[in-house]
Amino acid sequence: MTESNPNTAASPETELSPSALSVANVSKRYRTPDGNVQAIDDVSLSLAPGDFVALHGPSGCGKSTLLLMAGGLLSPDSGVLEIGGEDPYALGAEARAAFRAERVGFVFQQFHLIPFLDVLDNVLVGELAGTSTNGEFRDRARELLDRFQLGHRLHHVPSKLSIGEQQRVALARAFLRSPALILADEPTGNLDAENAAIILEHLGNFAATGDGAVLMVTHDDRAKAAAGRSVEMREGRLV
Amino acid sequence: MTLHRLILREIRHRKVNFALSVLGAAVAVAAVLSTVGALRAYDRETEAVIDEMEEATKAEMAKLEDEIRKSMKGLGFNLFIFPEGQDLSEVYAEGFASRTMPEEYVTKLAESGVVTVNHLLPSLTKKLEWPEQKRTVILIGVRGEVPIAHRSPKAPLIDPVEPGHLVMGYELHRSLGLKKGDTVTFMEREFTIDDTYEARGSKDDITLWMNLGECQEMLDMKGEINAIQALECNCATVDRLGEIRAELGEILPNTQIIETQSTALARAEARNQAAATSRAQIEAKEEQRARLRAEREKLAGWLLPVATLVSMIWIGLLAFINVRERLPEIGILRAIGVKGRTILGAFLGRAVLAGVVGGVIGVVVAKVVKLPSVDSGPIIESGEWIAAIVTAPLLAALAAWLPSLAAAQRDPAEVLRHD
Ligand SMILES: Nc1ncnc2c1ncn2[C@@H]1O[C@H](COP(=O)(O)OP(=O)(O)OP(=O)(O)O)[C@@H](O)[C@H]1O
Ligand SMILES: [Mg+2]
Repeated sequence: MTESNPNTAASPETELSPSALSVANVSKRYRTPDGNVQAIDDVSLSLAPGDFVALHGPSGCGKSTLLLMAGGLLSPDSGVLEIGGEDPYALGAEARAAFRAERVGFVFQQFHLIPFLDVLDNVLVGELAGTSTNGEFRDRARELLDRFQLGHRLHHVPSKLSIGEQQRVALARAFLRSPALILADEPTGNLDAENAAIILEHLGNFAATGDGAVLMVTHDDRAKAAAGRSVEMREGRLV
Repeated sequence: MTLHRLILREIRHRKVNFALSVLGAAVAVAAVLSTVGALRAYDRETEAVIDEMEEATKAEMAKLEDEIRKSMKGLGFNLFIFPEGQDLSEVYAEGFASRTMPEEYVTKLAESGVVTVNHLLPSLTKKLEWPEQKRTVILIGVRGEVPIAHRSPKAPLIDPVEPGHLVMGYELHRSLGLKKGDTVTFMEREFTIDDTYEARGSKDDITLWMNLGECQEMLDMKGEINAIQALECNCATVDRLGEIRAELGEILPNTQIIETQSTALARAEARNQAAATSRAQIEAKEEQRARLRAEREKLAGWLLPVATLVSMIWIGLLAFINVRERLPEIGILRAIGVKGRTILGAFLGRAVLAGVVGGVIGVVVAKVVKLPSVDSGPIIESGEWIAAIVTAPLLAALAAWLPSLAAAQRDPAEVLRHD
């Protein structure tokens, strides 16, 4: 599949280890009473650890759909999808939830912070997913928040933060468990240039460690530029 | 980060929704407990009222009884034991019985251990012509009181008359000009007059009393008597005569007993009347209160389920609103791997907490608030308020079950796609 798609050119050494994300001939059709929508049509895409890929295209072309499938939240109709060499859709619902908790981090345009939890708890909310609630991630959360210039805001609720700060909290939440894959849907869509740049820098840094890959949906040219690779989508297909 | 922390933080954040859920549980618990408690308080009150009435009746009865006892003292004989078959209308017409019974009856009675009567006095009475004086007299043979074997001797009410002696009623001694110590001839025998009575305005005024044995001999009725007089024991209860008849009937089956009217009897009747009236009043009171209680029970009968149901619908609705408000939160939590049952736990835990807090508040309210028309506050047993505090969270969880389940099963992709 890698040969057939020019967008998946990967360095020889990463080809040996399992890719962070591998999408092979995946299709998705939404069925509605008013007719069916072919949201994704035979898409193949591969991200190696260290990749930072921007996904762009017109509204309604299927970017969010692809991202949700890549995150183990929406099962494809056909094709195979693997994260770190493992197919999340081969797992049961509970196991897939645990799989997501460990392997995937999400960042959204709307941040989706929990309004009644303070900054630290928002970052640690992933602890609710799993077995470890003995505080093993506390130090990691503080370290991330320090790195994101939020060390002095640990006990503030999201509504007390600026927009940029809120997105950095969401970013820290996504990074907490050092996932193999970060999925970001328009992470800079609500931000000014300065804050967008900070977020893009952190995403770039994450990819640069080579531990995980970033797939980012964006309309923003600066964001496309920040990503190492850019993929375009039209009517459910990569072009 | 733990689930209970999430629950508590959320409650602090959405105070109004939680407070309204608590209110729903509290109102239901308070309504149920105060209704149950008021019913019980009403029952206790009824008991107290009835007890008090019974107490008052008892005191009144004791007073009347005492009066009867007092008036019984010095009353004289008021019971007559006649032979069986004696026509009582003859007794009332003539003043004495014509039939006779063996004199041993009195001995038998005295030695029987009888308890309901005192002072046994056998007599033989006959109306006849005093041959020497050509006038009608009533002759009564008496032998004095027969001591009752098992009792300590009491002062006799009537003294015996010695053989050869007579006691004379007023009309006789006055018209014959006789006095104490005089001698007189009666049916060819000589008698000394022992005593003469003052006027009594009754048959006594034409009565001659003599020794029973002598009387029997003169009338040729050896060993026979026609009445035993007795004084009823003042220890007898309301149905004195019934009791006396029952006891004497056992000992002397071939007799009948009558009781003469007296003030004591009248008072006893009054007491019986008073007892009956009090009993009727108590019954009326009991009935009135039972009726009111039945009404309240009916009210409680529909209030309890309705209060519970309304409160559950209320809590369910608030849970539904809460779930609606928290859809983005549910979406992101599910996306980052929080399991469906953890989400379920977060919503149910919240409902349970509302139930616990509401239950406690409801109990406090029920204990403090007095319902009108019940004088004392409600009486709630500890088992009941513990049950309320246990049940309220269970029912709250049940009420919030469907919205919570819907939250847990919410598809996160559905929520997050439109971002
Ligand atoms: N639940 C659904 N039922 C039916 N059609 C859907 C559903 N979700 C998405 N679609 C359709 O699928 C197509 C792809 O949607 P998607 O949200 O992935 O687009 P997108 O590229 O993310 O758009 P945007 O840039 O506006 O976010 C669209 O035509 C959309 O209308
Ligand atoms: Mg989209």
